[in-house]
Amino acid sequence: MVHRTGTAEPASGFSRREFMRGSGAVAAATALASQSQAIAQQAKGTKVVSGEQTISLNVNGKAVQVKAEPRTTLLEVLRYQLDLTGAKPVSHDASSGAATILVDGKPASASVMLALAARGKKIETVESLAGDAVPKAFVTHDAEQCGFCTPGFVVAVRAFLNQKPKATEEEIRAGLNDNICRCGTYANVIQAALAVVKGGANG
Amino acid sequence: MAEVSYTWPAKDKTSVLGKRHDRLDGLAKATGAAKYTYDINLKNQLIAKGLGCPHAHCRITTISADAAKKVPGVVHVEILRQAGAEIEWEGELLAVVAAESEGAAAEGVKAMRDALKYEALDVFVTEADLEAAKAAGRTTAGAGSTTLEKEAGDDEDEKEFEKKEIERLLKESAHVVEGFYGIDVITHCCLEPHGSTVEWQDGKLIAHHSTQNVSGTDDQFAQPLGITAGDVTVHCDHIGGGFGSKFQADYWSIAAARIAKETGRPVKLMLDRDQELKLGGSRPSGYIKVRLGADKDGIIKVWDSEHWGTSGASGGAVAQGVVPYVFTPKNLRRVVTNIKTNCAQQRAWRAPNHPQGCAITHVAIDDLAAKMGADSLEIFKKNLGTDDEPGVGGAKPSVYAAEMDIAAKLMDWKAKWHPHGKGPAKGSVVEGLGMAIHTWGGAGHNSTCRLKIYPDGSVETQCGSQDLGTGTRTVMAIVVAETLGLPVEHIKINIGSSKYPESGPSGGSTTVGGVSESHRRAALDALAKIRDLVAAKLEVNADDLVAAGGKIVSTKDAGKSVSWKEACSLIGLKPLEVEGKYVRGMTPTTMSSGGVGGVQMAHVAVDRETGVIKMKKFVAVQDMGLIVSPKQAESQIYGAVIMGIAFALFEQRICDPKTGVFVNAEMATYKLPRLGDIGEIVVELYEPESERSRGVIGLGEPPVISPGGAISNAVANALGVRVPILPLTPQRVLEALAKTPKA
Repeated sequence: MVHRTGTAEPASGFSRREFMRGSGAVAAATALASQSQAIAQQAKGTKVVSGEQTISLNVNGKAVQVKAEPRTTLLEVLRYQLDLTGAKPVSHDASSGAATILVDGKPASASVMLALAARGKKIETVESLAGDAVPKAFVTHDAEQCGFCTPGFVVAVRAFLNQKPKATEEEIRAGLNDNICRCGTYANVIQAALAVVKGGANG
Repeated sequence: MAEVSYTWPAKDKTSVLGKRHDRLDGLAKATGAAKYTYDINLKNQLIAKGLGCPHAHCRITTISADAAKKVPGVVHVEILRQAGAEIEWEGELLAVVAAESEGAAAEGVKAMRDALKYEALDVFVTEADLEAAKAAGRTTAGAGSTTLEKEAGDDEDEKEFEKKEIERLLKESAHVVEGFYGIDVITHCCLEPHGSTVEWQDGKLIAHHSTQNVSGTDDQFAQPLGITAGDVTVHCDHIGGGFGSKFQADYWSIAAARIAKETGRPVKLMLDRDQELKLGGSRPSGYIKVRLGADKDGIIKVWDSEHWGTSGASGGAVAQGVVPYVFTPKNLRRVVTNIKTNCAQQRAWRAPNHPQGCAITHVAIDDLAAKMGADSLEIFKKNLGTDDEPGVGGAKPSVYAAEMDIAAKLMDWKAKWHPHGKGPAKGSVVEGLGMAIHTWGGAGHNSTCRLKIYPDGSVETQCGSQDLGTGTRTVMAIVVAETLGLPVEHIKINIGSSKYPESGPSGGSTTVGGVSESHRRAALDALAKIRDLVAAKLEVNADDLVAAGGKIVSTKDAGKSVSWKEACSLIGLKPLEVEGKYVRGMTPTTMSSGGVGGVQMAHVAVDRETGVIKMKKFVAVQDMGLIVSPKQAESQIYGAVIMGIAFALFEQRICDPKTGVFVNAEMATYKLPRLGDIGEIVVELYEPESERSRGVIGLGEPPVISPGGAISNAVANALGVRVPILPLTPQRVLEALAKTPKA
């Protein structure tokens, strides 16, 4: 059964169908492409990195210096180096949505993004939404119990309503399926999201 | 001394109690400011990860720390299970690797796993198949029993008599249902995995521990570490899910404490996601073969069943007390078989036994209705009996009956109901209604509240309790605020430390009853002292003084009053400190009790071609005695219903029969409902004066019990075919349809 109905306009910029359609050609061209890319990268001066290095990231409007190995996820950097623990480690593959953040304004999971890949991008975490209408609506509509999934859900709702400021209940039910809540706050989240739409605090 | 009456104010006399309030820690949770155990990062800490056993039953032949120690960043390795050890379930931790980063710890674990050697032993994980379990020698007799109206004669063999009597009763029954039903193992799947961040300071352990048992875990750490409970402080401000699985210190957290001692550095060890699903707790499965006999009116006269299932490696099954669930036929025989599998032992899961009991027995009652061509609601109702001659346990028949009427109205049951399998179809989609009922105890646990009132008027409490998501802080503040005539925001609530006065573990819906008792008692005792001080100042009788609207005011002369702040200035220099204590079964009380009833109804749509079930509407009517905080109470019920939809339609532990590997132990494959899967949910809090007068009763467990039975019955009503085992996956729906010849 398909549980994830997905959003009408995927945040990643390409749809699953397009990806599937293109994947055959991609497979055929992989060997050639990887060789030519490697040559092109060498020409541009990019290089293979290993070991820990200091990088600069833009997080919640501030430039910060952090240490990262190639394998270090953005989530680890946020949580262990920047004390931004709102995004939570629940799944390794982004299937829970608990580590949802905004990257250049679009929702992404910090658990599957490498810190090195976050360079040059605008990273926003739930902590940057402290004055936003969404967390307030979550409180008013009690859309939280244990609260562990809540920060990820708050960011997901914010991102969704940025795209669809006048979302209907039907659209909310269809479009907010990337986050898992074990305590079962979904009914309250729907009400919170609708309240934000009605309050006009969007976009 | 002012007189103190340990009672609650009448419903129309409250200003805070029973009103709608925002959760005290709501904004902290919604903005990421709330710190969970996983979020506690200590200076210079090591990250530890466990090496899980890759096979469900094996003997370790080689285990070595050497490869892990060569990994850059790995600081310490502790082997928990040496060569020669027999491991009885997959995922059991064999070693812990502590390192400078998550990446290094994971690399160290992988290096150890690559070098691990073991001898595979026989595996059994397919407990739904009773004959296979018997053949594998994995069964033991459980605690069953037989109750009959008639007794055996002096010269009769008791077992022979029971057998004959059951057969006679079945033969004489106007309607007989023979069925097979079941419900698979599910896991707790806490979003915050089990684990701790621990550190030592001056020979004492500080454990930031994800626990629903703040006051009771210090001793569990102390004993294996050879220190006293007084040398351990357990902290847990926020917990990311427990559901009954987080009462223990757990051996991995104790290993983290040993490594912290050895290395002189704080250590964080949280289970990985797959380990959380494999080790962090599961709920026993239950499968049943039943024969039920009823009279011409559908009143159940005889129940004869054999049920089995597993609680994991130690063996065990659903308790016989919930078979059949709630209903108490006068003649019943229950045979129970425990099965030992190669899976980690169960942990208490929200309302232990009850959801399974409901899901495997209320389906038989619904099948009785189907067989009779009768309305299920009528059959459930008829079997309630009367308050004088109850046919049910737990709540009174009149409570269930009143709740059934409310639920039926909210569901529009009469208009929507149709005989099983006889509803109109829209293309391949058919709809149906189902119901189930439940009961739970929920009496408050032992709890002590230390309450301090400062001369400047501020109020603070301390209690070694925890907030599972129930809204414990909010409940405490409401109770104290109501008692002192203050707004909720005025009360500073402190919980989550084992150094605070002891309060019970949050399990079995015992917390809200317990903490409401301790906080009300503390606040009433403190208020009595303040009333004495004010009485002396105003020269009135202390018994005539009440706290209301931020004032201490005379009931005889409203002109005689002082503000709360002024009243507190009379305390003197030191704060006024009292302890309110409640001991279950010892403290005489009318403020809390136990025993609730609830009724739930489901409306589903089923696609006969794809087997997909969609929730259309769900109604939950629930009694909980006196309601302290309706907003959070509603949330608990919404959540319980959604958790029920999860085990009714989606989640199941799937193990590979050959290796015993739990193959779907990740969030992507351990299917849980998402926001679009829940349909409309209607919650009704049932609080007539007859129930409110019983005082506060816990709510966490009861509403999670009925969804399995109610949804299964709705699907059976839609299809006219029973899909026997939960979760009702599309595959199972299609299999059930394929087995049934089309009418």
